[in-house]
Amino acid sequence: MVTLAVETLAVSRGGLPLLEGLSFGVAGGEALILRGPNGSGKTTLLRTLAGLQPADAGHIAPGPEALAYAAHADGLKPTLTVAENLSFWAAMFGARAIDAALDAFDLGPLRDRPAASLSAGQKRRVGLARLLVTGRPVWLLDEPTVSLDTAATAAFADVVRAHLARGGAALIATHIDLGLDAPVLDVARFRATAPADRFGAAWA
Amino acid sequence: MLALFARDLALAIRAGGGFGLALAFFLILVTLVPFGVGPLPELLSRIAPGILWVGALLASLLSLDRIFALDREDGSLDLLATAPIPLEAVALAKAAAHWVTTGLPLTLAAPVLGVLLNLPAPGHLWLLVSLALGTPALSMIGTFGAALTVGLKRGGLLLSLLVLPLYVPTLIFGAEAVARGVAGQDATTPLLLQGAITAGALAILPFAAAAALRINLR
Amino acid sequence: MQFWEFANPRVFMGWTARVVPWTFGLAAATLAVGLVWGFFFTPDDFRQGSTVKIIYLHVPSAFMAINAWMMMLVASLIWLIRRHHVSALAAKAAAPVGITMTLIALFTGAIWGQPMWGTWWVWDPRLTSFLILFLFYLGYIALWTAIEDPDTAADLTSVLCLVGSVFALLSRYAVLFWNQGLHQGASLSLDAEENISDVFWVPLVVSITGFVLLFVALVLYRTRTEIGARRLYALTLRERMA
Repeated sequence: MVTLAVETLAVSRGGLPLLEGLSFGVAGGEALILRGPNGSGKTTLLRTLAGLQPADAGHIAPGPEALAYAAHADGLKPTLTVAENLSFWAAMFGARAIDAALDAFDLGPLRDRPAASLSAGQKRRVGLARLLVTGRPVWLLDEPTVSLDTAATAAFADVVRAHLARGGAALIATHIDLGLDAPVLDVARFRATAPADRFGAAWA
Repeated sequence: MLALFARDLALAIRAGGGFGLALAFFLILVTLVPFGVGPLPELLSRIAPGILWVGALLASLLSLDRIFALDREDGSLDLLATAPIPLEAVALAKAAAHWVTTGLPLTLAAPVLGVLLNLPAPGHLWLLVSLALGTPALSMIGTFGAALTVGLKRGGLLLSLLVLPLYVPTLIFGAEAVARGVAGQDATTPLLLQGAITAGALAILPFAAAAALRINLR
Repeated sequence: MQFWEFANPRVFMGWTARVVPWTFGLAAATLAVGLVWGFFFTPDDFRQGSTVKIIYLHVPSAFMAINAWMMMLVASLIWLIRRHHVSALAAKAAAPVGITMTLIALFTGAIWGQPMWGTWWVWDPRLTSFLILFLFYLGYIALWTAIEDPDTAADLTSVLCLVGSVFALLSRYAVLFWNQGLHQGASLSLDAEENISDVFWVPLVVSITGFVLLFVALVLYRTRTEIGARRLYALTLRERMA
């Protein structure tokens, strides 16, 4: 069982402090929904957890190697087919099989289509199928249901449930109700007030 | 790492122009030189080693800004950075793919284009050898430059400004090896020095490129 | 007080406010003595006549062109290892001074070379090395100006400075090799240390000292400006937060 534990985390974007004193935990089998207005720091928080930018303060466990991150962009190459795109990410994460991931998002019929010919929702599904081939226990999802239709959203919620049932965890920034039995964390409560030390004390 | 290398090759082949553009540019450049300096065979064969090396160098510059920029735009770079493979290996794989799509075809085409410039006979072999030894350094240095400028909106011109001075030692030893080969002298020393620069670049620059990528991803 | 305390922006602003005017004054005095001595109170060279006197601008500026880059390299390393903001800003402040020194060295060299060698420019190893150094400065400054976020710019330019230093050194030796291969050796260039006598040497040392002082004064002054700009940036960010 993996637990994502975050303690007194502070993050900033472009030198501008966004969140501070943020602490929460997500145990294996659980999900946590992130809420907050635009620009409140949800994406920055997820990027920090994924190890893409350093935290200003605080502690994160486990390290980025246990986390799979799905950003706004799907990282698909338009000239490669769906299967090739997924196989590439499977190889990068040391996995081989992509069939289960294709099936979970009903991508079987699309597997030999180049990604350029997919609709936005179909691309999104391929992007989310990538989470399954990473084999990582904690998912960090940034607005995962953008451009998904109702059926695809429901299918995605099922995939997340199955992931949780396997003992995985998920941290989801979303504004819609996925129908998951998960607590909600409003990041606006942790909005940074004092300027961070790095430019507060030294410069002004 | 192999998967990334293979993917970049596949992308270069399917997007078209991956192999072709640099070669076409090289051909045009070599064609333009006689119009500029005149068609005298003695003059052309005298400057051929330098022109061919400068031409190959400029041609390999063309596709540098695409090494990381495309991956950054579609989000792949973020995902690569979170993958288990270290960014140092990503940089090395990218440089290798860039070399296979530009450096290698340029190396193979250069002796043929040497005919257009009256490159004397022994020069063709030396040109092939020196380009084969030197172009990997060009790709690796270029990858470092691309990593430095990946966060910039219009980094292309700046990339050239940063990378070209770094190309100086490779160019000097490369052209010198061919010139000595043409003159019937021993070209081993410049070739060895060039090999040393390539080996050094391949050993050190992946780390510098990865550091630059990490800074740009923040 | 510990040594690194001097690099705290507020402490730095405090002591430089007192030191900078004195450094400028000392630099002006030393330069005046060195240049006037060199230009008017040294004999003409038996071979070069009065043209030799440009040495009092040429050699000090060339000396500073290289040492400015060295200083930037050290400052970049300190920034990368110890994260002292003042260090990164000092490297940024030194670059335009360094490139100006390089330009002065190139121009005085051309002016000197014209009557001596009959040409404004030859691809002599030293001249070529300085031209390459000029290009490295150009790239470094261009990268600083291209990046908006100051910390990102400091990081990336520091990495460039490290890699650039290695390649600048390689270029220096490559150029020596290249020139020996095609032309005669560096018989045209004057080796100041070896073939000038004390009459020329002493005012030259004074001039070099003057250039060093001028460089220090300019860099401290410009670093103060950079710190001011950095404060402004921090205040703007703080404004945006409120």
